[in-house]
Amino acid sequence: MNLPFNLLLIPLLPLLTFVVLGIFGRKYLSSISGIIGTTSMFISAVISIQTAIQYFASSPEMHLQQIAWKMVWLPFSEDISIDIGFLLDPISVMMLVVVTLISFMVHLYSLGYMKGENRFATYYSFLSLFTFSMLGLVVSINIFQIYMFWELVGVSSFLLIGYYFEKPSAVAASKKAFIVTRFADLGFLIGILILSFQAHTLDFQTLIQRLTQNGSPFLHDAITTSFMGVSALTWGLLLVFIGGAGKSAMFPLHIWLPDAMEGPTPVSALIHAATMVVAGVYLVARLFPIFIMSCPVALEVVMWTGVTSALFAAVIACTQTDIKRVLAYSTMSQIGYMMFALGVSGSGGESGLGYTASMFHLFTHAFFKALLFLGAGAVIHMIHSNEIKDMGGLRKSMPVTHITFLIACLAIAGIFPFAGFFSKEEILTAALHANKVVYGLALVTAGITAFYMFRLYFSIFWSKEASQGDHHHSEGTLTMKIPLILLAIGAATTGFIPFGEYVTNNGKPFHSSLDLAGAIGPVLVALTGIAIAMLFYKKQNDRPEKVATALSGLYVAAYRKFYIDEIYLFITRNIIFNILGKSAAWFDRTIIDGTMNGIASVIAWNSNFIKNIQSGKIQDYALYFFVGVFGLTLLAIYLVN
Amino acid sequence: MNLSLLVLVPTLTAFILLFFKELKKIRMIACIGSAIQLLLTFILLFQFSGLRASGDTSAMLFYSSYAWFPELGIAYTTGIDGISIAMILMVAFVVLAGVLVSWKMEKLSREFFFLLMLLSAGAYGFFISLDLFTLFFFLEIAVIPKFLLIGIWGSGKKEYSAMKLALMLMGGSAFVFLGLIGLYLNSSDANGMHTFDMMAIAHHAVPLNIQFIFFPFAFIGFGIFGALFPFHTWVPDGHSSAPTAASMFLAGISMKLGGYGCLRVATYLMPEAAHHYAPIIILLSAIAILYGAFATMMQTDLKYINAYSSVSHCGFVLLGIGMLNQTGITGAVMQMISHGLMTALFFAVIGMIYERTHTRIASQLGGLLKVMPFISTIFVITGLCSLGLPGFSGFVAEMTVFMGSWQHAESYYRLATIASCASIVVTAVYILNATGKALMGPITNENYHQLSDATWNEKLAAGLLLSGIVVIGFAPFLLNDLLSPGVNNLMTNIGRNLLLH
Amino acid sequence: MSQIPLTHIIILSTLLFFIGTYGFLTRRNLIAMLMSLELMLNSVNINFIAFNKYLYPENLDGLIFIIFIIAIAAAEAAVAIAIIINLYRNVRSIDAEETDHLKN
Repeated sequence: MNLPFNLLLIPLLPLLTFVVLGIFGRKYLSSISGIIGTTSMFISAVISIQTAIQYFASSPEMHLQQIAWKMVWLPFSEDISIDIGFLLDPISVMMLVVVTLISFMVHLYSLGYMKGENRFATYYSFLSLFTFSMLGLVVSINIFQIYMFWELVGVSSFLLIGYYFEKPSAVAASKKAFIVTRFADLGFLIGILILSFQAHTLDFQTLIQRLTQNGSPFLHDAITTSFMGVSALTWGLLLVFIGGAGKSAMFPLHIWLPDAMEGPTPVSALIHAATMVVAGVYLVARLFPIFIMSCPVALEVVMWTGVTSALFAAVIACTQTDIKRVLAYSTMSQIGYMMFALGVSGSGGESGLGYTASMFHLFTHAFFKALLFLGAGAVIHMIHSNEIKDMGGLRKSMPVTHITFLIACLAIAGIFPFAGFFSKEEILTAALHANKVVYGLALVTAGITAFYMFRLYFSIFWSKEASQGDHHHSEGTLTMKIPLILLAIGAATTGFIPFGEYVTNNGKPFHSSLDLAGAIGPVLVALTGIAIAMLFYKKQNDRPEKVATALSGLYVAAYRKFYIDEIYLFITRNIIFNILGKSAAWFDRTIIDGTMNGIASVIAWNSNFIKNIQSGKIQDYALYFFVGVFGLTLLAIYLVN
Repeated sequence: MNLSLLVLVPTLTAFILLFFKELKKIRMIACIGSAIQLLLTFILLFQFSGLRASGDTSAMLFYSSYAWFPELGIAYTTGIDGISIAMILMVAFVVLAGVLVSWKMEKLSREFFFLLMLLSAGAYGFFISLDLFTLFFFLEIAVIPKFLLIGIWGSGKKEYSAMKLALMLMGGSAFVFLGLIGLYLNSSDANGMHTFDMMAIAHHAVPLNIQFIFFPFAFIGFGIFGALFPFHTWVPDGHSSAPTAASMFLAGISMKLGGYGCLRVATYLMPEAAHHYAPIIILLSAIAILYGAFATMMQTDLKYINAYSSVSHCGFVLLGIGMLNQTGITGAVMQMISHGLMTALFFAVIGMIYERTHTRIASQLGGLLKVMPFISTIFVITGLCSLGLPGFSGFVAEMTVFMGSWQHAESYYRLATIASCASIVVTAVYILNATGKALMGPITNENYHQLSDATWNEKLAAGLLLSGIVVIGFAPFLLNDLLSPGVNNLMTNIGRNLLLH
Repeated sequence: MSQIPLTHIIILSTLLFFIGTYGFLTRRNLIAMLMSLELMLNSVNINFIAFNKYLYPENLDGLIFIIFIIAIAAAEAAVAIAIIINLYRNVRSIDAEETDHLKN
């Protein structure tokens, strides 16, 4: 534990890989870049797991926050500075494990999946950059550090989505992802500025201490200062939450996530399912003490945003036909779960169940969602299409993928004894205690989730007659299958980890017992969803179309993603570009530049006028001369008198 | 080290150039000359840090003063603090890079490099001067070459642009001169004589009514150089018509002369007036930031995009100065250095693309990432720096400015800060649009398949500027340590004067 | 013999001067303009004589001035006519309107 060097290796190895592959990869290391990246990720993952074991074993009674390493990066004033450091606390340690582990799986998987790509080394260097940034993000000790790495993960996501840069749709998607999250980050930045101004610090520990302690002058100030009837603290937290919502694709800032599926599928698994998109949840969890102690209003906003997103995305997921998009909406929906779990959480002990459950779900979700994406990747790799209609009957030709995908589907649907069951159960329990409406909505979402996941499952692997080996491609290399199997093991078993022992909002472990009676309802709901999906999609039939026509309005709206994209497009194209942009450009060229040119032409006109006096004719000059002399004479006479 | 070496070396280089005719020799000499400049600045930096580390806390190091016109109180006074040395370093980087990208300047090459060297001599002289007259002298030296560089080697409507730029900058100089004369006539040194010596003027605070009259002259005058809204219109035309190296010098050096002058002359010598006019400065710079960003969004020519974004970015410099606090001013200086390096690199890359494709219209390009990966990568990196990505200098500078400006609790300041923050989104939009159109997507023009990637000199130039950007981005504490004594000193003077009245 | 009053002579010279001025400004022929110039000079001469005679009869200053003026006028006429002849050779005109070579 006293080996910061060892710890620092976790993020530094990917950074080093990025630099080496970024500079030399293309020319010299093209063939072995994948091996280099995967090896360094493997070492990182091993150190992370070792760290986690040491950390949680060291003091089972109370998990403290430890700053393993710290340096002042950019001082602003005496008390405000950006520090870079390495924070160890339950959630950061957990995230270290998740990020390095999933990243390692994706690195390994990509060896096969991305084989033969032109920019193989570039791909791996970007992956390493992303992993480095994400690791830096989770171990942040300073709210500005988190912002910096936040931006870095954003840009690595941008680079990876735009990896197939010759495809216009990929370019558009990468732009969209970056700009939408940047917009959210604007909120984050202003939120940071507000919080730092109120607490006179950027350091997480001090910030949380100053804004939660009763009678702290900073807290008093932050609550009493208000703007438009909302206190500065609430403004700060809400704006920070906007940043989190943008990154975590919460409604209505979610529009970039489905499009982000233009990136290579392993990237979607890593960034847009398991790690980066949960950064928003992580951020709220990081600031959770302030939310819960000083600003429950903001937490309520978190809750409603989460539950809305969960339901909203689940409905859309039912209608999408691109398998990656279905998974993207399902990610959004699951992150909604995590968000509202934080929202319904209380503080400390049993009432802090929501917090624990949220982190638990984050953990388990990382496994089964990464698995789903990688499985989908295997399918796409074989079929060369993302569309459901091109698939079907793959259970024989892709046995490993079939089984692992099924496990993941069961896990996400929350069926015992798979991982999702436990985490979702805890969330629902927490919701039941806090807010019945939220509980109801969450339950509905759970049912829909089960339905659309099994819609996917049956459409891909059943539906048509099972055919064996009629495809030219095999199921994929061994390096692609191993991660699937490992993740499937994770998706099946991680639920049994007693999370309450490790991750709680005040560091004190508690034992959460599973409420079996309460679990029956949700499982039944999920089973109903699965049954409906089976009825509709196990064999090809016309039931789905009938239902779709019966619900035509809703169906079309959901299929069109409730027109959110169109609204955004309207705003950006018409208001931002046409009204603001064009008028600014016009104003500059016409008014401001025109004024300058106008001044110039007035001067030119004057000079022309004066120039014309010099006609070059002696008689004109003589006239001026005489007039001048006459005038001077008159003046002299006048002056003399 | 004698500071005058910094002026001497480029001047000598310039005159040696006149004896040669072939491009190969000329560019070699220019390159060696600028390399010596860079070396000198590094030696200076090390000596400077050595002195500071050994506990020398005097405001200006390497101070020296020679009487020039003693009767008028004009002296050739030089000296540097952390702020000036940072600026000098930036200039040295840009000059060397500028020479390297002009490797194939066939047309009148001797004259071209001569003017470049002359310009850099003016810039160095400006940053080391502690005497207002000397400062003005070097400011003027730096203006004339720009006119010729654009007028002779430019592209597009170069005559118009050259004329516009020269006239507007001359107008700025006239304002500056009025301000300086005003300061001079109300100054007195130890013997009760009028003086142009900045330290003496700062020491004997300028009377309030004089400050109120002459601050606007000095600030607007330097502001024209630094793209102060609404006197920024020379920026887009001038930059886009100029040849690559001249654009780099313009954006990297000339615009910084303005920012530095606003800080060192206007604000430092007339702090009460700066305080009094701060709301106006902040308003104008916030407008410049946001409005410049929106105007950039509609541009199609890459050079125009960068030129307009310079307007937006230079707004941060003036915003930081207008905030009149330690963090804000540090941020302003950081932004000057960051923007100098970044824009120079951006123009260099655009120049490389233009040289190969003969177009700068983003939509006519496309897919360049595939045919020239190095140049495109640098373009993307510069773009990312421009939109304030952590790890590059732009982020450091902008965040410092934001932090500084947020320290004012009045809603007016808050509003200006939020508006400026909003520019980071708009910046992202136009940078990504340009990148997406020019570099990504399929290759639209068949001829582009034959294009070659960067040559060694271009790679060297890009690497040079990029190293500066990345070092600041990764280790901003180095820059901050260098700047903070200087800024502290400025702030004490500003604070002392504010208390005095 | 009663003297002609000084006023009369000054009026005469003033008239002569302005007739000369008028001629110089309005005549387009360069020769005519030269003649007008001579008129003006001569009006000045008259003034000189008159003032000398009426105010300082014992001195000869005015008369000496006149001789200077006549000499200079002769020289000037010689130079001017040389210029005019050369001009005529070049542009085939001695019209003042057409000879704006000072500018164009």
